[in-house]
Amino acid sequence: VEGAMQADAKIRTESATESGPRGPSCSLRHFACEQNLLSRPDGSASFLQGDTSVLAGVYGPAEVKVSKEIFNKATLEVILRPKIGLPGVAEKSRERLIRNTCEAVVLGTLHPRTSITVVLQVVSDAGSLLACCLNAACMALVDAGVPMRALFCGVTCALNADGTLVLDPTAKQEKEARAVLTLALDSVERKLLMSTTKGLYSDAELQQCLAAAQAASQHVFRFYRESLQRRYSKS
Amino acid sequence: MAAGFKTVEPLEYYRRFLKENCHPDGRELGEFRTTTVNIGSISTADGSALVKLGNTTVICGIKAEFAAPPTDAPDKGYVVPNVDLPPLCSLRFRSGPPREEAQVASQFIADVIENSQIIQKEDLCISPGKLSWVLYCDIICLDYDGNILDACTFALLAALENVQLPEVTINEETGLAEVNLKKKSYLNIRTHPVATSFAVFDDTLLIVDPTGEEEHLATGTLTVVMDEEGKLCCLHKPGGSGLTGAKLQDCMSRAVTRHKEVKKMMDEVIKSMKPK
Repeated sequence: VEGAMQADAKIRTESATESGPRGPSCSLRHFACEQNLLSRPDGSASFLQGDTSVLAGVYGPAEVKVSKEIFNKATLEVILRPKIGLPGVAEKSRERLIRNTCEAVVLGTLHPRTSITVVLQVVSDAGSLLACCLNAACMALVDAGVPMRALFCGVTCALNADGTLVLDPTAKQEKEARAVLTLALDSVERKLLMSTTKGLYSDAELQQCLAAAQAASQHVFRFYRESLQRRYSKS
Repeated sequence: MAAGFKTVEPLEYYRRFLKENCHPDGRELGEFRTTTVNIGSISTADGSALVKLGNTTVICGIKAEFAAPPTDAPDKGYVVPNVDLPPLCSLRFRSGPPREEAQVASQFIADVIENSQIIQKEDLCISPGKLSWVLYCDIICLDYDGNILDACTFALLAALENVQLPEVTINEETGLAEVNLKKKSYLNIRTHPVATSFAVFDDTLLIVDPTGEEEHLATGTLTVVMDEEGKLCCLHKPGGSGLTGAKLQDCMSRAVTRHKEVKKMMDEVIKSMKPK
């Protein structure tokens, strides 16, 4: 029975956005999400954005080491494994970004003295990796049933030398861009939860990117909702 | 009585002060702590600077060595930053491999150097494909009282201004490098990135230059690195409470003012050391 239920839950949902060639207006790449595909973790999700793919698994709330426990909150831990090589300083920095973003939305006070571990494995990297990791982490946390006060999504904006904005850039576009901004927004008020940037840009461009990211996050949240609706409508 | 209240309810203690728009030490919410900078203190390093931001003390030493340039960029040199948070600076750091805090700070400094193009890596090349300079920037925190990123960025900038590289010529016949220690020249610093850090309290209040305790109680932090033209090199917001676009705008304007303050200090320091 459990096997059949898992098979039912493994529905591959396609996003509503177009998957054709990118036009000059900002459009996101084709994305897809699959939940509950791993048997061991409490929750798991695989998020695909174009050719970038990240697999996330969530364990928790589970037991925590006495040295790491916090008396009134859950201890959140994020492990990010790159596709090749050993994790280095850059991965540590990204883990910190993802962890703090999750900490802002997860209701840790409901599970004090426990640990919630999010493990992310990069399956393929074709641009916008950090945003894809954030989306996969969010879907996996939802799949695990961890209480959250809002959902979050990651959006990447690339600014070209002539000032044009490209959302969800590919690896090639990221390389050629003058600046690349990765922003995480929450679903309730579209506030900026996390930001990390590369390159030089002006204040006005930042506000422009923020507005574009807020518009794009609508699509992503709608996709989350549809994906979950399809999953729970069958079982 | 106040000390007791602070230990038992630190957040409430801070809230009382924040309601009056000031810090427990009397600072305004938008005011930075006293900043002092001292350069050239380490004689064995090619460039050095000591920065004190209130109690936070950070020292940066730069050593220049030779290396073969990278194969994919034979006309560039290297700048290798490393931030070290030893057990000396705070109780929370134990001895052992670099903790996450140190790694994140190192990555942040590396990003600032890369994004702001503070020095052109081409300037560090001596002979394309054969020899180039590598600048090892070691930033060590001597006293940790919050706002480490601002202090590290400032220390790095001051130390780079202080670096003097000797002239190197490649001997045609032997192919070896000849170093002329008598002729030294300063690096060409193209931009002056200045970092301004904020802490978010209770999802609404933004304070500038948080101390160690405030960082611990804050619900989020934000660091803005700006150069002189008002361009942003880095907007580092590692999670925490959400911010609206308007709040970000306030942060930008504060960062611009801070840049002016720091630039003035830097100019004074450079003026004092140049005639040598």
